[in-house]
Amino acid sequence: MKLDNLTQSVGEWLRGTGPESDIVMSSRVRLARNVAQFPFVSRATEQDRAEIERFLRDRITSAPVGHGLEYIDVGGLEEVDRQFLVERQLISRELADAQGARGVGIDGREQVSLMINEEDHLRIQCVHSGLDLAGVWQQIRDVDDGIERVVPYAFHPRWGYLTACPTNVGTGIRVSVMLHLPALVMTRQIDKVFRSLHKISLAVRGLYGEGSQAMGDFYQISNQTTLGKTEEELVEQVGDVVPVLIEYERRAREFLVRETQQNVHDQVSRAYGILRTAQTITAEETMQLLSRVRMGVLLGLIGDVDISAINVLLVRTQPAHLQKIRGLELDTKDRNIERARYLRQHFEGGGGGSAAGNN
Amino acid sequence: MKCQQCDKQAVFHITELETGEVRELHLCEDHARAYLNQSEAGGGEEPETGGGLTGPLGVGQTADELAVLDQKSCPMCGISFFEFRNQGRLGCPHDYVHFEKELEPLIANIHGAVRHTGRRPSREGSLAGLPEGTEELTSIIGLRRAMKEAIACEAYETAREHRDAIRALEQRWLGAAGT
Repeated sequence: MKLDNLTQSVGEWLRGTGPESDIVMSSRVRLARNVAQFPFVSRATEQDRAEIERFLRDRITSAPVGHGLEYIDVGGLEEVDRQFLVERQLISRELADAQGARGVGIDGREQVSLMINEEDHLRIQCVHSGLDLAGVWQQIRDVDDGIERVVPYAFHPRWGYLTACPTNVGTGIRVSVMLHLPALVMTRQIDKVFRSLHKISLAVRGLYGEGSQAMGDFYQISNQTTLGKTEEELVEQVGDVVPVLIEYERRAREFLVRETQQNVHDQVSRAYGILRTAQTITAEETMQLLSRVRMGVLLGLIGDVDISAINVLLVRTQPAHLQKIRGLELDTKDRNIERARYLRQHFEGGGGGSAAGNN
Repeated sequence: MKCQQCDKQAVFHITELETGEVRELHLCEDHARAYLNQSEAGGGEEPETGGGLTGPLGVGQTADELAVLDQKSCPMCGISFFEFRNQGRLGCPHDYVHFEKELEPLIANIHGAVRHTGRRPSREGSLAGLPEGTEELTSIIGLRRAMKEAIACEAYETAREHRDAIRALEQRWLGAAGT
């Protein structure tokens, strides 16, 4: 797989289509699996890791995951390329920063990624745009079944699929949806919502999973427990709460338009103005402003930008993407200047809609 | 520092590890007691054995008992319970068997359940003969370790026996899927 080719697209999670895609960015399921005859990764020697990597790579590349699987040796990549895969959510930060033999298999549509030697020997991930947990579950179950025909997953009749951390044991499943909740943030209701989610055993994380800060009002909601419920029950547990959150966010957006239209219009317009004129800008500020503009477009307050253009910018203004697009390694200061230039070029003539071809 | 639940002075400072995330609690005596009771009540069938990762460590256990428990190590991968408690990561699949008694209250605390009810391996294709539980395959981890140790002390005959035993297990259970 030529990583450079990927810069031309945005990847599945930001495609911006699918049901409820004004609020639900993407639906994701991951499964944690280990091979029975090897120690878990944190206990594995360098030689063990190399053997695990070879054992799994040989088998997953021949397993039927559909749409052709490309295998990438993550250990052999430059740092900017590892970061690039993290920004596209094809690998975790943990895999990028790990040591020793490790890799990832990615399907052509960037829906399926198979990480080898992350916290567990194998982490299978499947992502669809918009709200489609049932579709994601069906696809990942088929991938998992295909691999299980040739890989002896560590399994115990009582404990289920055995994982390096007891927090994942049993089903090894993490079901999550990524939501864009700017109106709940602006109306200061977001903390209340999260507190009630914690009470029903759901976790809230930022854009890049465990331990990451919520950036640009994007939040991931996922199940906390993996044992004692079936996979379908856990998919349902997360799926059931999403319509409620969508409804809260919609109501908050309506409230903002009804009660504080001038103020919201002002905030959105200022965000748009900064993005079009700034001379230097950080990734965090860009994300925050794009989030506001995204909401403005959805509320009909900005007319000449489309949502898919915003999604393109969300990923292409991130550090590794920016450097790969420019074909140069840039330090933070230069990146901020380059990012501002990229945004200005992008919005030039008010044509946000032409984003895809504007490199 | 004030209690997170009321205006009294916080005298209990608790660090919880949940799904890899660290959560700090600062509570007054009353709220700490309520909190600890609540997490023990949710701690499954054997809250008195404490556990490790979550909840008040070693409640109801003497330091000696904890020390003995900590030194217990897995015959396959060699990890001690102490190492697991420090890292929060297990060493191999057999740990779930070897440390079952210690892990059970911990798992009950995390998941509110102590039994898997989800999908099970269907064992089709080249692994059709493999039993549902994979304990026998996991014993290869112990054999490999023993083989390395034998080589290190130049006990080549013993090392060869271990190697043959590993091959036999791979042949038997992995067949064409073996390495």
